[in-house]
Amino acid sequence: MLVISAIVSGLAVGSMYGLIALGFHVTYVVSNTVNFSQGSAMMLGAVLGYTFGVKFGWPMPLAVAMALALCALFGLVVERALVRPFAERGSNAWLMATVAGGIVLDNVVLFTFGKEPRAFPSVMGQTRVEIFGAGVYVLQLIIPLVGLLITAGLHLAFTRTRMGKALLAVVQNKDAARLMGINVRSAIALSFALSTALAGLAGLLIAPLFSVHSDMGTLFGIKAFAVAILGGISSASGVMLAGLLYGLIEALVTAFAGSTYTRSSPSPSSLSRSL
Amino acid sequence: MINKTTVASRFSQISRRLLMAGAAATVMSLPAFAPAEAQETLKLGLVAAMSGQSAKSGEAIVRGLSVAIDEINAKGGVLGKQVELIVRDDESNPAKGVVAARELVQREKVVGLFGGLDTPVSMAIVPFANQAKVPFMGVWAAGTPITRNGAAENYVFRVSAVDVLVDKALLAYAIKKYNAKKPGMILINNSWGESNEAGLKAALAEKNMNYVGIEKFQDADVDVVPQLTRLKEAGADVLFMVANVAPSSQVVKSLDRMGWDVPIVSHWGPAGGRFSELAGPSGAKVHFIQTYSFAGNLSPKGEAVLAALKKKYPEIKTLADVTPAVGIANAYDAMHLMTLAIAKAGSTEGPKVREGFYAIDSYNGLIKNYAKPFSAANHDALTSEDYLFTYFKEGQIIPLTN
Repeated sequence: MLVISAIVSGLAVGSMYGLIALGFHVTYVVSNTVNFSQGSAMMLGAVLGYTFGVKFGWPMPLAVAMALALCALFGLVVERALVRPFAERGSNAWLMATVAGGIVLDNVVLFTFGKEPRAFPSVMGQTRVEIFGAGVYVLQLIIPLVGLLITAGLHLAFTRTRMGKALLAVVQNKDAARLMGINVRSAIALSFALSTALAGLAGLLIAPLFSVHSDMGTLFGIKAFAVAILGGISSASGVMLAGLLYGLIEALVTAFAGSTYTRSSPSPSSLSRSL
Repeated sequence: MINKTTVASRFSQISRRLLMAGAAATVMSLPAFAPAEAQETLKLGLVAAMSGQSAKSGEAIVRGLSVAIDEINAKGGVLGKQVELIVRDDESNPAKGVVAARELVQREKVVGLFGGLDTPVSMAIVPFANQAKVPFMGVWAAGTPITRNGAAENYVFRVSAVDVLVDKALLAYAIKKYNAKKPGMILINNSWGESNEAGLKAALAEKNMNYVGIEKFQDADVDVVPQLTRLKEAGADVLFMVANVAPSSQVVKSLDRMGWDVPIVSHWGPAGGRFSELAGPSGAKVHFIQTYSFAGNLSPKGEAVLAALKKKYPEIKTLADVTPAVGIANAYDAMHLMTLAIAKAGSTEGPKVREGFYAIDSYNGLIKNYAKPFSAANHDALTSEDYLFTYFKEGQIIPLTN
């Protein structure tokens, strides 16, 4: 029972890391850049979903669609304002710029959404089923499923579709890609929109199991970056696998060695202290 | 596509840059310095969480302090000066707390400091306060070593719960109410959790009892089931919980998921926010400690303070709007005691104010009538007799009658 519940918990949380890390993967394979405000994009998804679905009382599918669309828009803004001006001049300052973008977004949300964590109620996050005697929420089974489906979809899109191949061509040789009639700029912009939408989806999925607040994405963003590197960032399946393993290891170490030994990742405050 | 060595070197580059970016971000987010006031007032500073998960605690403290200041100023202030409160946000971050405390003392020239909810932040300010000889009054953070810090000249006082006493009270309650024999602990992984781990172990040893397990978890943990499952398999019959509102609610949700119905006797973390909403209906099962509640029959002083609060803050309509009552009540009494000490000292010099605290004979406060609240050996004004147990019902903190 200990093992089963640890495995289910680990896979669900690991899929979240995987989804956000896929966002790092998508922009990296297309443009050799990553968006360090992925954690904030995840938070944005949850906050917008809460605002539309809970506060305004819209039907959930509409609220989710709207939240994801706005997350994608955030990705476009990040690319246009924080990445393109630097990347096109051969500078690496987009690293700092995207970190700053995330901080700005966190604070905008802090002042508009409010300071207090709020609950995001969902039937899927409250309906309990038993698997071999271990209680799990339906949502915890759905999250890894969504993660795997998206990974498979991305993999197929990049290898089988014309558009996916066009995106990959951009990173190999921009000029050649341009000569072949590929719109390089919109390809890169699309990859950023996709990456923040993936993070937003992660936020929407985790919100009912967690709580919605302006700094909920910080730690997820950091862990997901570690996952992206462990998974060899250039492979979608590698990244998702690394996410699942990371989540599993976290949960299993806690279950067997005790929580004193789970400190495999730094908390934001200890990170800022060590800097 | 891309060979492995380029990826590796690119990433060592990227992670190094990420670290630099993080360092720069930390520097950029330091609090902005406010221009100094020219007016001749007696300045007192507050360093507390005004944003983030515990923001509601900071708001409550400001309200308690402000209502007390209004009363004091209406009676002519202290040493002939009007009292002014200067607030700084520590964002629950110890490093930012120390910077804020330093700025308040050195730039704003405050003559006394008040602290917030986070024990790690207060622990970081304690050495600075003792070194700068500025009285530092805790109104919420309960960590035992905050006041019992071993300094030869201790400038830290407190009107709040003290972990080591709370832990005794938690154990006594668990035995009386639930006939606990094999308690387990689920504690937040920071210095507040450690302070209570030590306190609970000592309380258990005093009663010749043992614990079945101690588990830690993080503020950002989504899932606490692995830790709780370990406690369940170890045979825990009661859980002692120590964590702030958001992580506490993750414990309750995880228990729901496991389907484990175990009594939870908690420190006062859940009081800091919307615990009913975050934890769901099972949140009502958590019995937690408080020093004050505005619910039920109030003393005349309680009525007066509540009326003053409603007048000053029109957004307070029901008792649910004064939920972190401890923050308000502790801060209210602490402000009066601080100004009494300054009046007794007849000076704003730290060492004299410290003697002033010892010289306070009695003060008829909101929480109780304080008689000789402070002495050289005791810097805590509240004792275990001042605690009560409560639970959350639809957003309100209700005292438990037993």
